[in-house]
Order: sequence, then C-alpha cells, then structure tokens
Amino acid sequence: MSEILVLVDHVDGAVRKTTNELLTIARRLGEPSAVFIGSPSDDAVAGLKGFGAEKIYIVSADDDSAFTSYLVAPKAEALAQLVEKVGPGAVLISSSAEGKEVAARLAVKLESGLITDAVDVQAEDGAPVTTQSVFAGSYTVQAKVTKGTPIITVKPNAATPEQAEGAGAVEQVPVTISDAAKAAKIVASEPRKATGRPELTEAAIVVSGGRGTGGNFEPVEKFADSLGAAVGASRAAVDSGWYPHSFQVGQTGKTVSPQLYVAAGISGAIQHRAGMQTSKTIVAVNKDEEAPLFELVDFGVVGDLHKVLPAATEEVTKRKG
Amino acid sequence: MNIVVCVKYVPDATADRHFEADNTVDRVGVDGLLSELDEYAVEQALQLKEKNEGSEVTVLTVGPEQAVDAVRKALQMGADKGVHVVDDAIAGSDALATSLVLAEAVKKLEHDVVMCGMASTDGTMGVVPALLAERLGLPQVTLGSVVEMQGMEVRIKRDGDTATEIIGGTAPLVLSVTDQSGEARYPSFKGIMAAKKKPLETWSLSDLGVDASQVGLSAAWTEVAETTARPPRTQGEIVTDEDGSGAKALAEFLASKKFI
Repeated sequence: MSEILVLVDHVDGAVRKTTNELLTIARRLGEPSAVFIGSPSDDAVAGLKGFGAEKIYIVSADDDSAFTSYLVAPKAEALAQLVEKVGPGAVLISSSAEGKEVAARLAVKLESGLITDAVDVQAEDGAPVTTQSVFAGSYTVQAKVTKGTPIITVKPNAATPEQAEGAGAVEQVPVTISDAAKAAKIVASEPRKATGRPELTEAAIVVSGGRGTGGNFEPVEKFADSLGAAVGASRAAVDSGWYPHSFQVGQTGKTVSPQLYVAAGISGAIQHRAGMQTSKTIVAVNKDEEAPLFELVDFGVVGDLHKVLPAATEEVTKRKG
Repeated sequence: MNIVVCVKYVPDATADRHFEADNTVDRVGVDGLLSELDEYAVEQALQLKEKNEGSEVTVLTVGPEQAVDAVRKALQMGADKGVHVVDDAIAGSDALATSLVLAEAVKKLEHDVVMCGMASTDGTMGVVPALLAERLGLPQVTLGSVVEMQGMEVRIKRDGDTATEIIGGTAPLVLSVTDQSGEARYPSFKGIMAAKKKPLETWSLSDLGVDASQVGLSAAWTEVAETTARPPRTQGEIVTDEDGSGAKALAEFLASKKFI
C-alpha cells in the first residue's frame, strides 16, 4: 500500500476538522501520513493518530518563521521536499484558499496533475478518482490525475471523519526554504473573531440572510441559534456592508453543502446558487413569490422574513422544549 | 510601470453551460464573455495605472478565436494594448498547461505587476495566479480585497479562512484581487471608440516557443472521465404567510424532516 500524504490544516497548532476528513479519505487510498508544518501539541499528535495517521511528519526549517511569516511558497517548497523523499501515492490538501495555492505550486514543482475542490475521492484500481461539483452545481465531474503524484484538494464535508487508531510514528523532517520563497511577507495577521456558532462550511444547518433583511440580521441570527445553525449571507448583503465577507455564501464566498439550508430574503442569483445548490434540504423565506430560489426549494414561505423568522424561532424553541 | 492583466473568456454563467463529447467545456456553442471576476483585475490595473504616471496596461488572454472579445472589453474599459494567444493545439488544456502558456507570454512582455482575478467563473479552481508565480519565479501576493502600491512596494489585505492578513511584496510580482476590491467600471462610449484603435496582437504557440505537445487535451496531467448533469431539483411545497401561518408551517416542515 502506498503512503498518502495529508497536509494538516491547523490554526496555531489547533487541527481543523477537515484534516480528520482527509485522513479518513486517505485510508481508502493507502496508508495515511499526516504532514504537520510547525510544532504540534501532544493533543494534536494524538488526534492525528486517532484518525488513522500511520506516520506523522513534523516539518521544520532552519528559520521556523518562514512558514508563518511568508505566504504559501515556503509550505509548497517543504511539501515538495517531503514528496521527493517518500514518494507518496497522492497528496491531499484542504480546499482552502491557501491550500489550493500550496497545491498549485506543488504541482508545478513535481510536474504532477492537480485536481481542486473534490467533494468525494474514491480509490479505483489503487488510484484516486475524484468528484467535483461544477457550473454552479449543475454538473458533477469525475476526474483523475494521469501524470506524476496526484495532488488533490478536498472540500470540507467531503467525508465523515471516522476514528481509527494509526501507528502515529513521529518523524522529524528538516527542510530548507529558499530565499525566493520568502518574497510575499505576512506583514500583519488578525485572527477571525469566534462567533460561538458552528463553522459555516462545516455546519449541518445554515441560515443565510440577503437583501430582504434590509440590513437587520437579528431575525436570521436568532433563527439560526434556535436550530444550532451557522449564519451565512448573500453577496448583496455583504456588498451592502451588513455582514462580514467571511460569511458570504456563493461563487466568490464559501460553498456550503449542509443537511438544511435556509435562505431568508435571498432572491437566488446563479452566483448564490453556486454556493448552496448541493444542500440536502433547501428552505426559502421571501416576500417576493417570483424569487428564483423558490424553484429549488423543498419548502418555501412567501412572506416577510421579519415576521416569519421571529415567529418560527418561537415555534422551534417551543417544540424543542 | 508595466502591468499585464491576465483575463479569461468564459461561457456566460447565466447561459446553458455544458460539456462537449470529449468532456471539455463547450467554449464555442455558448455565448461567452470576459469573466466577471477578471473585470476586478482590469479595474485594479487601471487604478494602479492612474496613480502611476507613465504606466501601461496590457491585457493578455489565452483562448479560442472568440476570446478576443474578452481582450476588447478590457481595452474598452481603458487598457492600452492587448495580446491574444490562440492556437488550435491549446484547446482542452488544463490549468497547468494554461499557466505555462500564460507564463511564456508574460515573459515576452514588460511586466512589473502581473494582475489576475481570484478565479475564473467556469473552472473556478482559483490556482492560476499561484501557478504563474511559481512558473515565473515571482512573489505571489494574492487574493487582495484592498490593494495599495507605493513605488514598487505592494500591500494587500487578504481575507483568509481563519484570519485577515496584510501581505507585502516588491514588484515584479503576481497580484490577484477578489470581487471585494471594488466595482469594475463600465466602458464609456469614448472608451469603446478608442479601443478600436488600440494595438491588439495575436500570438501562436510558436511565437512563445511552446511546443504543441506540451499543451492541449492530450497533454493534460488530469483526465475528466465523466460529466453528469445533476437532475434539476423539484419544487416542494410553497405556502403564503398569513397571520403567522407561515412560521407554523415552516416549523412543521422542519420537524417532519427531524431538524427539530
């Protein structure tokens, strides 16, 4: 069985859920090895082992700040050196903005095929076959890499993380980072404030607000909280400055694929549909009965969200008792 | 300062986008246009030009015959000259091969800033700026929602998944901007007229010294095995809210689906 490298997605050492999904996928393809760039805590190592990592490579450079002070390029260089050393069957990376850029640079360095935004990865004759959702969710595409080491970036929620104890053998990997890779400097970094709600791309339920909120997201947030949901926003709401861009659902924001997506006051332009069309169940609340989003819904309420959502929040709270 | 903006001609997202029998995107049978997300790149390039006297903006595209429309639109918006790389051998290229052609074309042009949009609206991979930076050996200052440039020093605001960062680099570099960077201008009547007289060159692969065997569908490092149209969603029940009936019906629906 070949070794499958999983680049660990972490924020200052805290491993993100997508990494556990990648390790779960990696087990279908071969023996998962976690690649941790930086210094993991004991908890992080135990977590990776618990999701099946047979090996855990801890990658460090002479100048450790290379990875935290410069954008993307140092990570790609480090990964390339590791890939050349171990010759894996594939490299799996989270489909974040940074993850995709690391993957892109790695593909050029290794002269290897690149697939991004996989929503599923399965093994076929020992090689990964990916599924992507394209053209605003109106088509699915199955693809494979035909040259070099398959480099695949995988979307959140592509797999349900399954625990499986791996050997978790830790190996230190010293790498050299070129000066050329230290050219785009991270001058300042401000972590995103915690909202206390589930992560948008990981949530089972998402409630989004659009133009119809008129800038008042309180009914959307309260309804979301009654359901334990994440809050999203349409581009119109974000462009109006009503909600931060990091919560935008759609082509140029986040793609979500939750069990339940509730769109409140969102008409449903193709750009928005691109970000939510693959949701399992879709509900819309909109004053305008002609809103295109109603064509997609499993359930729709024609009505004012400022009246419907607070009343629905009350109903949900009552039913939950 | 010399700014090269890389733009893509894409099938209109509101049209019936589909695949050909060989699983490549139909780029001819569907109305195409300059990718909306590249308009932001053209806009930021023009703003840099306006702030730096003596600057020149060159629009570069790789694509079929019709792709010249994307270049024309950018010229109408205010870019100074255009380059269209067109060659039958390029059809079906993956992102890696496309970036190779773009990189070789950029090398032939004076460039301090290589400007890109955040992603195309058809492939939506969002990897070409990073691929270009890697191939050109230039700093990658990407996904800027705010761009500032003083002399050759560029700073952008980058809204990541977990943090908002300020990224700095020194030109020459590859710069990409998001749809948060500011509305793109519409071509004025004057701009449309002026564009007709602007230089527009057509280059083939041999002009770039790229061998046909390095590009196209047969040279792609990935293979699309299958494309399937997703069955359209069927509309469910729609109720009209009257005195709170909508909320009750909604809660009832959510309970029936076990969300409550």
